[in-house]
Amino acid sequence: QHLVQRSVVLFVVGAFMALVLNLLQIQRNVTLFPDEVISTLFSSACSLTSLAAVVGLLYPCIDSHLGEPHKFKREWASVMRCIAVFVGINHASAKLDFANNVQLSLTLAALSLGLWWTFDRSRSGLGLGITIAFVATLITQFLVYNGVYQYTSPDFLYIRSWLPCIFFSGGVTVGNIGRQLAM
Amino acid sequence: MTLTEKLRERISRAFYNHGLLCASYPIPIILFTGLCILACCYPLLKLPLPGTGPVEYSTPVKDYSPPSPDAGLQQGDLGERPDWYVGAPVAYIQQIFVKATVSPWQKNFLAVDVFRSPLSRVFQLVEEIRNHALRDSSGVKSLEEVCLQVTDLLPGLKKLRNLLPEHGCLLLSPGNFWQNDRERFNADPDIIKTIHQHEPKTLQTSATLKDLLFGLPGKYSGVNLYNRKRVVSYTVTLGLQRYDSRFLSSLRSRLKLLHPSPNCTLREENIVHVHFKEEIGIAELIPLVTTYIILFAYIYFSTRKIDMVKSKWGLALAAVVTVLSSLLMSVGLCTLFGLTPTLNGGEIFPYLVVVIGLENVLVLTKSVVSTPVDLEVKLRIAQGLSNESWSIMKNMATELGIILIGYFTLVPAIQEFCLFAVVGLVSDFFLQMFFFTTVLSIDIRRMELADLNKRLPAEACMPPAKPVSRSQRYERQPAMRPATPHTITLQPSSFRNLRLPKRLRVIYFFARTRLAQRLIMAGTVIWIGILVYTDPAGLRTYLTSQVTEQSPLGEAGLPPMPVPGGVLPAGDPKIDLSVFPSDPIQLSENQTQQREQKSGLESLSRLETNQHTWAHGPEGKGNGQMELGTEAEVTWGAEDEEIWRKLSFRHWPSLFSYYNITLAKRQLFSSSHSFRYISILPAIPVTLYLNPQEALEVRHPQEANRYHPFLSSSSGKLDAGAQPDRASSKLQGHQDVTLY
Repeated sequence: QHLVQRSVVLFVVGAFMALVLNLLQIQRNVTLFPDEVISTLFSSACSLTSLAAVVGLLYPCIDSHLGEPHKFKREWASVMRCIAVFVGINHASAKLDFANNVQLSLTLAALSLGLWWTFDRSRSGLGLGITIAFVATLITQFLVYNGVYQYTSPDFLYIRSWLPCIFFSGGVTVGNIGRQLAM
Repeated sequence: MTLTEKLRERISRAFYNHGLLCASYPIPIILFTGLCILACCYPLLKLPLPGTGPVEYSTPVKDYSPPSPDAGLQQGDLGERPDWYVGAPVAYIQQIFVKATVSPWQKNFLAVDVFRSPLSRVFQLVEEIRNHALRDSSGVKSLEEVCLQVTDLLPGLKKLRNLLPEHGCLLLSPGNFWQNDRERFNADPDIIKTIHQHEPKTLQTSATLKDLLFGLPGKYSGVNLYNRKRVVSYTVTLGLQRYDSRFLSSLRSRLKLLHPSPNCTLREENIVHVHFKEEIGIAELIPLVTTYIILFAYIYFSTRKIDMVKSKWGLALAAVVTVLSSLLMSVGLCTLFGLTPTLNGGEIFPYLVVVIGLENVLVLTKSVVSTPVDLEVKLRIAQGLSNESWSIMKNMATELGIILIGYFTLVPAIQEFCLFAVVGLVSDFFLQMFFFTTVLSIDIRRMELADLNKRLPAEACMPPAKPVSRSQRYERQPAMRPATPHTITLQPSSFRNLRLPKRLRVIYFFARTRLAQRLIMAGTVIWIGILVYTDPAGLRTYLTSQVTEQSPLGEAGLPPMPVPGGVLPAGDPKIDLSVFPSDPIQLSENQTQQREQKSGLESLSRLETNQHTWAHGPEGKGNGQMELGTEAEVTWGAEDEEIWRKLSFRHWPSLFSYYNITLAKRQLFSSSHSFRYISILPAIPVTLYLNPQEALEVRHPQEANRYHPFLSSSSGKLDAGAQPDRASSKLQGHQDVTLY
């Protein structure tokens, strides 16, 4: 069935994105991995990709459940654009120096909302994105408190402001890809 | 909402007229847009190439101390301290800049004497530097304690093993070619060959061994056989590990005392710190490549949707060119208005393209191809444009609004990005309206021509299948064509022109007027004229001199030679040209021989196209004495200031990389950047004057046989024979000299 193919594609996409995001973050020195760099990279990549696959499959399901087919910009070109904007948001958050955390969180929130509004104007998308952001942040904090990851600088606020936005926009992007694949 | 309605009407009308204009004059409009693009790209030429050049920062020498290694301690904001200026540098570079000349110059000296004796002095100088020690209250401090100790060379550099220092101080000088051994130097018959033996045969952009040991680019060193100024420059490069100001100032004053440079104007105020940007590592490369892949996928998916046009690839290419040139124009315009781009262009380029988008182009194409086919091309374009006018303007306003919101986030990098995006959007709109519309009209016209060509021969037999095929092609058209195939709605005048495709018409035009042949002929005539006028080989003067030698007119026949001022008044028998060997008998030669040799000399000098040193020729000879040659003066000018800048960018990194010291290192997955830089101290000037005795002593016996006297060409071989002989022997002698 199409489901298997779709999930494979989503898995690959999620893996790739995880790799790219991690590399971007390394340049930022945000997280310090313990000694076995590759293994931790692998494990974080695994978690992110499975999350991506789940989200990508979830979006069309919710669409069919709610009964409103998604009609806004259903073409591959806009999906590519969405991916590019998402990578751009990551790049910006990794490379730019913000004056303070409030500015960072506001900018990122604005960018994520802009992403949602440009490429996916459905309420279901918004709701799902927010849910994913919330859940993922909780999980990450849980992992940190249990010592799986550490932060180099005790800049919790920075992480806390940046992570939900990234998960939100990531969710919207992967949802877009999932919808397009399901079409 | 009549205001909106009126606005829509007006915009539609404006687009309609614009469409008519574009479709009517395609070629001029394309040329106009091309000119605009070039004009806006012109400021880009001033920008440095993006990327990996070294970054500099200067501090004054006075009270200099290396910065602390703790990055957090940035006391206030000391000027614009760059963030790599942290911790001590990898090494301090102290260059001792030596300029030497043989003075006074003897006329019978060989070309190789120019540099042999100045180079021989390097050994003594290196010894002086090595043995320099500062004696003060805290003991004796010698060079070994402050200099940078280097260990082995890289394993792959075996052939340089005896040329670069190992297991000792990093001290480079031209003497390394002879392992710092004076005897080897004296026994070397061919210095130039030794120096060039390790030069690469092909073009080399990084540091060559000669540059490393001389410390200057090759053309400033003067070690060649055509050195007219006869000043040889080289440096002794010293690598230091610690900065000890008292030791260095004592070295400087000692060298200045031993070899004073009286008119030296080199400033000694600043230390220049140079940081070499990190090479791109994997961690940076993968995201960059990914963004470009996404960009290409976006372009591919967008252009896949173009159809119903004659040449899909042509339009796709035009669309990409539109976006690219709009970005280039935006960068150029921003530079023109003073914004210096700090963002890395290669990184943000895909994002800019995605923000500007290829959507408008597709919308335009779709709306134009969906207009009724039986209209003229102009009308189709105009209608297509005006149909989409309102949505295009709305989209543009929305995007501008969004980007302006982004501008107000007050983050400098985002503001710069938004500025580029705004200007890019506006220029993209401009290019779409002019350039892409015109290309689209050309394409539609070609499609119609192709259609017409297909239909015309088939018209004769009136196939009934034609209407079916046409209706299949334009099935979306609400306005269907009438069923009869022979209603051609074209004006008779355009019908006549449409008989041949445009390509063939152009080619026939060229053939008819023989344009190509005439252009080539005109070009050749102009080229020959330019050759004759500028006369690079001095052929004209040689011919005239030949002619006048045989004429009985004498001096009056000589054309006035453009010799640098006041040097050679023609026909003055008393002025002795330095060509003559120092033989007093020749002074009393008769007029004709002098004049002929003078003229031959002139032609030689013209042929060699080196005129400026003749000014040195007769100076100081007013009294007609033979041996005293010219007094060469070593001048220090602005071009000697920081001569290391003229070396290649890879010079210092490659020098240090030979010893496995990396200057631009980034480790993958490391959490701390190690910023490494070097500090280049102001050079110590040293001037050496060597007397002719020394030059004669240093001369190697084999050289006298091999080289001819410097600039004397064949005068030594001249006999008072026939003039044609002299002319030919002069030429021959000249050829001999230029063999080297």
